[in-house]
Amino acid sequence: MSGEDSKTQKKVFDAETASSLVKELRENFGSGRTRSYEWRVSQVKVLLKAVLDNEEQIIDALRSDLAKPPLETVVYEIGMFKNSCELILKELKHWMTPEKVKTSIRTFPSSAEIVPEPLGLVLVISPWNYPILLSLDPVVGAIAAGNAVVLKPSEITPATSSVLAKIIEEYMDHSFVRVVQGAVDETTALLQQKWDKIFYTGNGKVGRIVMTAAAKHLTPVALELGGKCPAVVDSNVNLKVAARRIISGKWGLNNGQACVSPDYIITTKEYVPKLLDALKTELEACYGKNPLESEDLSRIVSSNHFARLSKLLNDDKVSGKIVYGGEKDENKLRIAPTILLDVPQDSLVMGEEIFGPLLPVITVNKLEESLDLINSGEKPLAAYVFTTDKKFKEQFVKNVSAGGLLVNDTSLHLVVETLPFGGVGESGMGAYHGKFSFDAFTHKKAVLYRSFAGDSSLRYPPYTDTKQRLMKALIGGSILGIIRALLGSS
Amino acid sequence: MEIGGELRELREYFKTGKTKSVTWRKSQLTAILDLIHENEDAISKVLHQDLGKHPVEAFRDEIGGVEKSASKSLSCVEKWMTPKKNDIPLLFFPAKGEVLSEPLGVVLIFSSWNFPIILALDPLIGAISAGNVVVIKPSEQAPACSSFLANTIPRYLDSNGIKVIEGGADVCEQLLLQKWDKIFFTGSPRVASVVMSAAAKNLTPVTLELGGKCPAILDSLPNPSEFKFAVKRIVGGKWGPCSGQACIGVDYLLVEERFSSSLIELFKKIIRRFYGENPLESNVLSRIVNKHQFERIRNLLEDPLVAASIVHGGLVDEENLFIEPTILLDPPLDSQIMTEEIFGPLLPIITLNNIQESIEFINAKPKPLAIYAFTKDETFKRKILSETSSGSVIFNDTLVQFLCDTLPFGGVGQSGFGRYHGKYSFDTFSHEKAVMHRKLFLEIEPRYPPWSRFKLEFLKLAYRLNYFGLLLHMMGFKLGLKRYN
Repeated sequence: MSGEDSKTQKKVFDAETASSLVKELRENFGSGRTRSYEWRVSQVKVLLKAVLDNEEQIIDALRSDLAKPPLETVVYEIGMFKNSCELILKELKHWMTPEKVKTSIRTFPSSAEIVPEPLGLVLVISPWNYPILLSLDPVVGAIAAGNAVVLKPSEITPATSSVLAKIIEEYMDHSFVRVVQGAVDETTALLQQKWDKIFYTGNGKVGRIVMTAAAKHLTPVALELGGKCPAVVDSNVNLKVAARRIISGKWGLNNGQACVSPDYIITTKEYVPKLLDALKTELEACYGKNPLESEDLSRIVSSNHFARLSKLLNDDKVSGKIVYGGEKDENKLRIAPTILLDVPQDSLVMGEEIFGPLLPVITVNKLEESLDLINSGEKPLAAYVFTTDKKFKEQFVKNVSAGGLLVNDTSLHLVVETLPFGGVGESGMGAYHGKFSFDAFTHKKAVLYRSFAGDSSLRYPPYTDTKQRLMKALIGGSILGIIRALLGSS
Repeated sequence: MEIGGELRELREYFKTGKTKSVTWRKSQLTAILDLIHENEDAISKVLHQDLGKHPVEAFRDEIGGVEKSASKSLSCVEKWMTPKKNDIPLLFFPAKGEVLSEPLGVVLIFSSWNFPIILALDPLIGAISAGNVVVIKPSEQAPACSSFLANTIPRYLDSNGIKVIEGGADVCEQLLLQKWDKIFFTGSPRVASVVMSAAAKNLTPVTLELGGKCPAILDSLPNPSEFKFAVKRIVGGKWGPCSGQACIGVDYLLVEERFSSSLIELFKKIIRRFYGENPLESNVLSRIVNKHQFERIRNLLEDPLVAASIVHGGLVDEENLFIEPTILLDPPLDSQIMTEEIFGPLLPIITLNNIQESIEFINAKPKPLAIYAFTKDETFKRKILSETSSGSVIFNDTLVQFLCDTLPFGGVGQSGFGRYHGKYSFDTFSHEKAVMHRKLFLEIEPRYPPWSRFKLEFLKLAYRLNYFGLLLHMMGFKLGLKRYN
């Protein structure tokens, strides 16, 4: 009977289990197998196949967890992941090649190169809003760089977490790639271990916990966090296009639950009526007259977040400021696209990252004031400006500090693999996408080759005046100086 | 002024945008060059006072290095500041992409006591070229150098943007309570952990330049002059920089058993040549920085088994804090001298049956900042590169990677993370901001709901950058094919 019990009993994942997992993976990593190009490529191919084979299950899981429209799943979660894999398969050999660097006369004769090598054991902790993409994109980057990986997907999207576990357990090389499902306890147990890199996507509060745990082992971290991404709208723009692009970046991305969604808008008092009209018109065109029922909008992920967002709407300071939407359905965890006008800076909705379908529009007298307003807050992951005024655009680009900036559009920059994607300040540290993913999980080892020829005694004591002069000249690197020193002058 | 106030001032100054201008950066870099040129003697003096460094060592390891670094940054900063253009796929036409380097803001630099001038000024050069405002906290264990920096920097550099704050552990604690935009730390792993934990509270990115037990591997070198070269370089790499108190100094040596006696003989000869008959009286060797470090190193020799393995040296001068170059042959592997970073003038030689075993030996220890391998065997070189991990690897020499500013200088694992020197310094104190420019015409309609099968197919093709497929798809639509829902 006890044998059966132990089979049906769910194994507790505690610090001890985590420790044995890490020990096992470290031993496996020591075999050197993950360093080979063949292993890396085969794993990337297999992971890509796994995702494509399970496309239907993934779509269903995301529909179950987030009511995510299938198109969003296919395009953003699966499509972007597929692109990452294809780029890796195309470029990995090139990325793995040591980079030759120039050496100077000071180390003559010598040659030097930078050799990329895996860091070792990587822990990826992923969030609930793009649970497939934000799990597998870092994982595939870590694999491309030759590491062993443990993925800890979010428990808030359980169906997707299960699919991820299934994919990894069925398709990936079990010696090096694992999934640990669970919540706070399991994550804590994992964070107590020594990793060679931790990659975390989520919020600032947990980001601090991750970095503090990493500090005990001097583990480098990449933190992809969020922030209040502002979008500034000038009056000299094609308003229809601007409005649609704002909508696409806000409600078109998981109903505003995305780290790069425009969080709030800033425009002039004069222009705001036109902007609001355009937004309302385009919102109707996209989601119909009853957006609460629209299948093209994700729902709110959980009742906790629903309560959080409701609280933002129920705040006294925003009463009377709702100019569009505001409808909620607690049973279905749905909130309609909602626009608020000129809520006070100290309202709840302006005090935290909204991460939902509420869009405050703040007005200023002159558009230049928007720069100060943005810079008075924490640095966001992204900032957007819609303008055709070259000077204002330059001012914005130069003065607004954010992870990334996009002019005349929203969110799209994260699709471009040649641009590094990451935050600064409160929005995080480190970057990835494209080759930056490979770099994020790589140690770039400096290698210098010297020969036995050309040894100069001036390196060694006893230190004479001549040696001193020569050494100064040599370090200064000027040929003339060296000649002079050799000739005994200067 | 109290630290919070100083920081507020710095932040206000940074907000004015003055430090972002190329003029300001260049003026400050020039000022550092002036500082060095006009104070060479003073710097040699304080280095001698704190560490007993010989002026040649002071120049070679500190003054010359700062000069070179400042000159390089001065001539390159404008180039480094230029935005990097990145390609954007045709799909997004018309679009432009670039990466802008911008300063992080308020930077804190902790420098250590063993190279107290260069380890303060080199990171400072990086932080300035990237346009930041800076606080330097020099190590209190090199007090003359700390004073020198505190007194001299304000005379040359813009004290609105660059401040030196002196003090001990309590000052460090207070500094760590503040919010910084970057912390650059050179020192020990133990303190690094404290710094990173404090940084975590504000999500402050850090660069940690630590150390480790940097091994030297000495393969068979049948050519006697090559063997001699190698040993000279190892001697230079062990006792040359601050009497072994260097993060990239050779910590221990691995060699095949059959070479050990001739090796030790050669060591003795070279040490005598470099440091004279009585090294304790040599003015060419640095002394140990303070009593605490002196006792720590002396204690490494307390273990009777370790003491018994001394084959050369071992004499100490407690009053003057000197320890002569000391060589040990095969001390017990579990003794402290073999488990901790020595950071002193003791060189354990560990003998192996076969030099190939050195790889396993090194891998059993935490990843060091550098591995030095003296060998002509190309296969062995490749094996060392692919089977060990360290900040850097140098073949057939020691320490010189420090001079090569095209190579990133930094550690991995216990030896730290992040890197600097040359452009890497600029990058380490910068935020690389991705900027994408789009225009408000030429729309991609299928970006917008309501969703349809047509739009889904379009986006799938778009993702694959399958322009031809897209064209066909669009044409199919134009031919009046049914829109699916």
